[in-house]
Amino acid sequence: MSIQTHRGDDGLSLVISIDGRFDFSTHQAFRNAYEHSDPDIQKYIVDLSETTYLDSSALGMLLLLRDYAGGDNACISIENCNNDVRRILSISNFEQLFTIR
Amino acid sequence: MEEPAADNYSLKVLIADDSNSDRLILKTLLIRLGHDVVEASDGLEAIARFEDSTPDIVLLDALMPRMDGMETARQIKVLAGERMVPVIFLTSLSDTDALARCLEAGGDGFLSKPYNRLMIKAQVHAFNRMRLMHQTLTEQRDLIGERNRQLMEEQEVAKRVFDNVAHTGCLDAANIRYHASPLSIFNGDVLFASPRPAGGMLVFIGDFTGHGLPAAIGAMPVAEIFYGMASKGFDGADILKEINQKLKRILPSSMFCCGAMIEADFKLNQLLLWNGGLPDGWLIRASGEREILPSRHLPLGIRSADQFDAEMDVISAIPGDRLLMMTDGVLESRNSGNDLFGETGIARALDAGGRQQHPFDAVMGGIRRFTGLQGGNDDLTLLCLEMVDEAGFATLSDRSIPSALPGPAEWHCIYELREHTLNTFSPLPLLLHICMEVPGLRRKSGEVYTLLTELYSNALEHGVLNLPTEWKRTPEGFERYYQERERRLRQVDGHFIRFGLYHSLQSTGGRLRIICEDSGTGFDFQSHLACAVDGSPTTARNYGGRGLLLLKRLSKSLVFHNQGNCVEIVYDWHSSEISSNLVESQS
Repeated sequence: MSIQTHRGDDGLSLVISIDGRFDFSTHQAFRNAYEHSDPDIQKYIVDLSETTYLDSSALGMLLLLRDYAGGDNACISIENCNNDVRRILSISNFEQLFTIR
Repeated sequence: MEEPAADNYSLKVLIADDSNSDRLILKTLLIRLGHDVVEASDGLEAIARFEDSTPDIVLLDALMPRMDGMETARQIKVLAGERMVPVIFLTSLSDTDALARCLEAGGDGFLSKPYNRLMIKAQVHAFNRMRLMHQTLTEQRDLIGERNRQLMEEQEVAKRVFDNVAHTGCLDAANIRYHASPLSIFNGDVLFASPRPAGGMLVFIGDFTGHGLPAAIGAMPVAEIFYGMASKGFDGADILKEINQKLKRILPSSMFCCGAMIEADFKLNQLLLWNGGLPDGWLIRASGEREILPSRHLPLGIRSADQFDAEMDVISAIPGDRLLMMTDGVLESRNSGNDLFGETGIARALDAGGRQQHPFDAVMGGIRRFTGLQGGNDDLTLLCLEMVDEAGFATLSDRSIPSALPGPAEWHCIYELREHTLNTFSPLPLLLHICMEVPGLRRKSGEVYTLLTELYSNALEHGVLNLPTEWKRTPEGFERYYQERERRLRQVDGHFIRFGLYHSLQSTGGRLRIICEDSGTGFDFQSHLACAVDGSPTTARNYGGRGLLLLKRLSKSLVFHNQGNCVEIVYDWHSSEISSNLVESQS
């Protein structure tokens, strides 16, 4: 498991990529990823292309990011999920809270 | 011979050697290093000294009279039990077989003769480090064991408290089958069931994120809200709203509760379902057909009250239809190859069970075969609710604890709902609450609630909304009925429903008079009543939509006023009567 961040091409978005399992063990690393980002970040992209598994504590972490990024006004997209991950997100109807691509 | 301060520790060392001179040399060296020495001249004596002086380290000559070093080492290791006492062989042997036998006998290392002061110091130091590490590990293991025992004890106590709040309700009803681990609350799983005051039942199955104490704490208020509101006659949607708001307030934002609310109405033959974040529900029809009921909502505790959608899906269901709901522990059960049970596992288990096997048994059996665990996984909850004939289902009334207060006897009240409040608020819990202040009526809560409910839904659906009962007779019409009900409710304008409740005492008990009037156009009650009263089964069913038959059976009298938009019923209770005549009238 590792978490990488980089600036998006527009310079205003932060891309957080999670490699491997996205679960409770990534809690601290995931928080660090967005809490230590530049204050001018306006948009967050959670890239799950290398994520093999996601559990309910990861859903909780996504909610924490949403709170951090402004709650209902947050601009967060979750991208490149595999079928298993997408299924977990859709059972919980997270598409009502996040843009899922 | 000054020793560095860091090495300034003193051990009790047992030396067993039949050579007096060798023993003396070693003893002198060890004493100079600051250790205490106990001496033995053969194996038997070594064991005796070991028992009475409990040394920290044992130095054993391999070859000794009476008992050699290997046998001595074996016995000392047995005597030491869990304590780590390093046994070091003193030897001039160079034969590797002999050295290997020393280790097999329990030896931890060697010191070769002739002795070298630096080697002895280093070896004793190294073995002492090992001894201390072992001691620390043992202490920590014991501590963890003790803490774990305390935790289990605390959980047991917490579980008893929780069980008192979140008692199993009516999970023991004949139409419910379920599996839940006894300590499932600490896995974050909850399962509640409650009869509704007017018949039917409410079931809530939930799964909190996280485990242990946080999950259990979140479950407490959910249980309180569920049982408190269910017994007062609130419906599933209202209870969901309350639970959501409570959890939103008390839980940190990373925690939430996936859950499903099921409202079973055996009178209308319908199920209301709300699924937020739980795996698909499975409706297995009496005919064997299966329908999937997916989660359509966000879990509880995420949305604020104004954004929360508590709308329940209306599903027409007849006796023999069964609804399966589960927490994700069911889907996440794994076999020895680490594969997931998943939805395909459920489908396969149901296929294998065929028409004969109960779907609950089929799925539990499927999980057991898949995981190879007889008891099944402990982190899953599975529920199966079966639709039943209302007549065969005794509502669990008369459970309320009688109050010591006499309550009001002579009173009346008028309660009128108007305009869009008709869309957003149900007056039933409040009206029931008012009636339940009378001890004589409290025992009859089921009947009183039924009367109020039937009067209210008549007034609302047929009076105010002008919905035709005929629609409900076909599956297509059934759906249309509820869609139209929703639509018309949103547009309700210029309407009211007025309840008048009058209570007075009589020589044998009391009389409750309920007058329910609505702003609708009324209906041709003359001909309807004539049909209902002639009592043949077909007509009774046809007019069941208006609930008139039920109202007539429960009350002493039923009278229509105006154009049929005002109904007056008289309901008598008798102080001598204990049993519920609702059950009698249905059998």
